[in-house]
Order: sequence, then C-alpha cells, then structure tokens
Amino acid sequence: MAEAVRAYGLIVAMWVRSTMAYRASFAMTAFGNFVATGFDFVTILLMFSHVDALGGWSLPEIAFLYGTTSTAFGLADLVLGSMDRLGRRVRDGTLDTLLVRPVPVLAQVAADRFALRRLGRVTQGLLVLGYALWTLDVDWTPGRVAAVPMMLLCGGLIFGSLFVAGAAFQFFALDAAEVQNAFTYGGNTLLQYPPSLFAKDLVRGVTFVVPLAFVNWVPSLYVLDRENPLGLPGWLALLPPVVAAVCLGLAGLAWRTGLRAYRSTGN
Amino acid sequence: MRLYAIVAAGGFRRHATYRVATAAGLFTNTVFGFIMAYTYTALWDERPQLGGYDLSQALTYVWLGQALLMTCSMMGGGFEDELVERIRTGDVAVDLYRPADLQLWWLAGDLGRAAFHFVGRGIAPMAIGAFAFDLAVPASPLTWLAFLVSVTLGVVVSFAIRFLVALSAFWLMDGAGVTQLAWLVALFFSGMLLPLNLFPGVLGEVARALPWSSLLQVPADVFLGTYEGGALVGAFAFQAGWAVVLLAAGRLLQAVATRRVVVQGG
Repeated sequence: MAEAVRAYGLIVAMWVRSTMAYRASFAMTAFGNFVATGFDFVTILLMFSHVDALGGWSLPEIAFLYGTTSTAFGLADLVLGSMDRLGRRVRDGTLDTLLVRPVPVLAQVAADRFALRRLGRVTQGLLVLGYALWTLDVDWTPGRVAAVPMMLLCGGLIFGSLFVAGAAFQFFALDAAEVQNAFTYGGNTLLQYPPSLFAKDLVRGVTFVVPLAFVNWVPSLYVLDRENPLGLPGWLALLPPVVAAVCLGLAGLAWRTGLRAYRSTGN
Repeated sequence: MRLYAIVAAGGFRRHATYRVATAAGLFTNTVFGFIMAYTYTALWDERPQLGGYDLSQALTYVWLGQALLMTCSMMGGGFEDELVERIRTGDVAVDLYRPADLQLWWLAGDLGRAAFHFVGRGIAPMAIGAFAFDLAVPASPLTWLAFLVSVTLGVVVSFAIRFLVALSAFWLMDGAGVTQLAWLVALFFSGMLLPLNLFPGVLGEVARALPWSSLLQVPADVFLGTYEGGALVGAFAFQAGWAVVLLAAGRLLQAVATRRVVVQGG
C-alpha cells in the first residue's frame, strides 16, 4: 500500500512537471476548470433571479449542497479523474506496459496524465461552500460542524469508489467510458439540487443502490434540520463513513475482478 | 463537390463504428435529461410561463438539448482535437498538400459526424423524454423541416467557431486550454445549461445575439414553433449570417496561419 502511494506520488510529480512545460495552456485549463463548475453555479443563480426557493429550499441551502458535492467530487476527480482513460489503454494495448512494471497497476492508471488543473474545480466548490456557510442560518452544534469535513472526505471516497468501479467496468465494456460519467458527473449534478425535486424512486435508487445520497443529501438533511423525503430516520447522517468504507471495498473487489479478467489485445 | 460528399460520408461512417460508445453516450444523455427535467419542473412549478415557455415546452427544451448536445458539439468532441493534434505534430502539412480546401475538407467531415450524432444520439433521448414526460412535439411537418434547416445551420456555426479555435494551435501549439474554454463558452451561451430567454437584462440580450445561440436556443425555438413566417426567415438569417462571418474569419486566419506555418517533427 505504502509502495503504491509512493509510486502514485512519483508519477504525479512527473506529470505536474510536464504540465508546467506549457504554462499558458495550464493557466487556461485550470481557469477553465474553475469556470466550468462556475457556470453550473451561475445557472443556479440565474434560476434564483426568477424564484425565491426551489423545491422549498433557499439559495444558501442549495449552495450548501452544491459546495459539498462539488468539493467532494473535485477531490475524487483530482486524485482519480484519469481512471476513465482505462478503456482506451485496454483498446490500444498500452495497458500491457503497465502490467510488466513492478508497481501496482491501479496506482499507475490513477496517476496517468495527472491533471493539476482539476484543482480549479475544488477551489470553486470550496468558494461556494464558503458562501453557503457564511449565509446559512443554522444553529452550529459541534455535531453539525463536524459533519461538514466528514461530508467532504466521505463524499470524496464515495465518488472515488465510483471512478475505480467505472474503470473496472471498462475492462469488460471497452468503449463505455461515458456510462461512468453518468454516475460521476451526473451524480455530482444531481446532488447539487435538493432531493425534494426528484421522483421518490430516483431518491431511493441513489440511497440504496448507488449510495450517492450519502455524499451530501443525507448529512445535509441533518445539518439543515430537514426531514428525509423518504421518511428515513435521522441517524442515517452518521453512516457516510460506513458507506464510504463499503464502497471502497466493493470498488477494490471490482478492480481485482476486472484486472484478472483482462486479456491483452495482443499487439 | 463529389470529393466533399465522400469526406462527409466518411465522417458519418467513422462515428457510426463506435456502437458501444454511442450506447454509453445515450445512457449518459438520458440520465442528464432526467436530472434537468426534474429541476426544470421545480422551476416552472414556482413560475409557470417562465421565459414564455409552459412546462411541457420547457421539458421539450431539456430533451432537445440532450438530443443536440453531440450534433452541435456543445461540449466539443468534434474534429477540433484531431486538427489541433495534426497542427501540433506537423501532420497538417499533409492536409495542406491535398488538392482540397482545408476548411471545406474538415467542414464536410464534421457535417458527416453531426449527421450521425443527430440520428444516433438525437432520436433516442427525444423518444425516451417523450415517453417519460409530456413534451410539446410539433404537429406540422413544415416545422420539422424548419427545425432540420436550423440544426444544420447550427452545426455550420458550431464548426466555424471550432475551426477558429483549432487554428489557434498554430500559435499556442498545445490546444487543450483554448478547446476547453471554447466548449465551456459554448455550453453556457448556447442555452444548454439554461434557456437564454431566462437570462436577465443585458446578459440575456447579449447571449441571444452571440453566435452560440444558433447551436441550441434558435433550433429549439424553431421546434417549439416560436417563429412564424417572417420571424422564421429572420431566425435562419441570424444563423446563416453568423455562419458566413465566422467561416470567412476562419478563412482569413487560415491564410495567415499557413503563411507562417512551422512544420513540427521530422
């Protein structure tokens, strides 16, 4: 494990140096990443220029959802965002090169083409979260204060598991990188809006099947003192660490299964 | 002319090869369509008739956006990455040698790509959206025809912008930054994230006058029957006008770029 982390760090450092060879491009892509997520939030602001509440939620409350999911997603994207290139590597046979190196394949794939520009997304998420914390009218008990960093960490781990599981899926469905986007980027978009907007079955799906609701919806209901739309009990807000651990375990299992099933294209 | 038709057909066939990727993309389009449809429903519940649309028109707009996302390349993903790469590696020298015009060559290929994406990535999300929600689908075949014309013009405007973006690689070498900024601007100002008639005040007026509105807002309004008679001609003229101006700018930049071309690699 320590060896994998060290290898990851070395490869990442190499990519950071290589990125800095084209500084203008780096500045633009980092800024672009910042603006990309910014446009999402501008869209929400534009919506709120017409309404005072969306599904019964105020702008600071939605900003809280937005800030927590964007930061958590941004962290996972920064560390593991390159995983969606796995399908391409399997297709063109370059995965074989990674297999013969004495470094865990997962660390190599995760660090491959590490994109420091993704810090733009994290920064933007943190800014919106800061705005939300500043404007929210919440009774900040120690439990609620502790819930915020827990959401970012566990949320990042849950999204990270999705990246790994998505990559494992690409061992079988080579061209299907986009399916993973539906869960990662799609999940991030979904969690920016309050659960009360969506059909109950969809909320059930992201609570019990793909547990995205534990990234921010469930703990936010506790922080913002709101009822669960499915009528589920409040103690669920304690569960994100457990959910994150289970997700990581399952993602690791999926990765191993995928890697074992891998057969080179043979060129 | 025959040559460009063959290039266009090649563009169509080339993208049609990736069947699994197309299916995966459809899945993603559908997921995003559902998420946006629910948020728009909440928005129009609060403010019926927002932006002059009723709820079913707003939902139609959402699914049109998903259907045209790839066709009009609102998130990039057309030819531009490839052209940038050819400029960076110097392979563009081969393209300049060909007895074909650089801009028309890539335009033909991109039209073929767009035609495939219209069929492969457009029809299914629309059908799924119409199945799950109450959409405002035009009854008159003439509206459908007008919509097709508007989408085609939208593709040409989108191409013309991306061609300019790709040519910037002659100066920047690494095109990743500009291509990304370009698709971000396209995403926002095409009306993909929110219809442009919901943009307030001056921002709205500017957004509706910019070329990107040709990519989604104008075709969607044509589909929803907002334009009739003279107004429809006006909408086409708006799109065609931007297409001509931007294609001409591309030609100009191409002339400047080829005069200073430095062929990379050996």
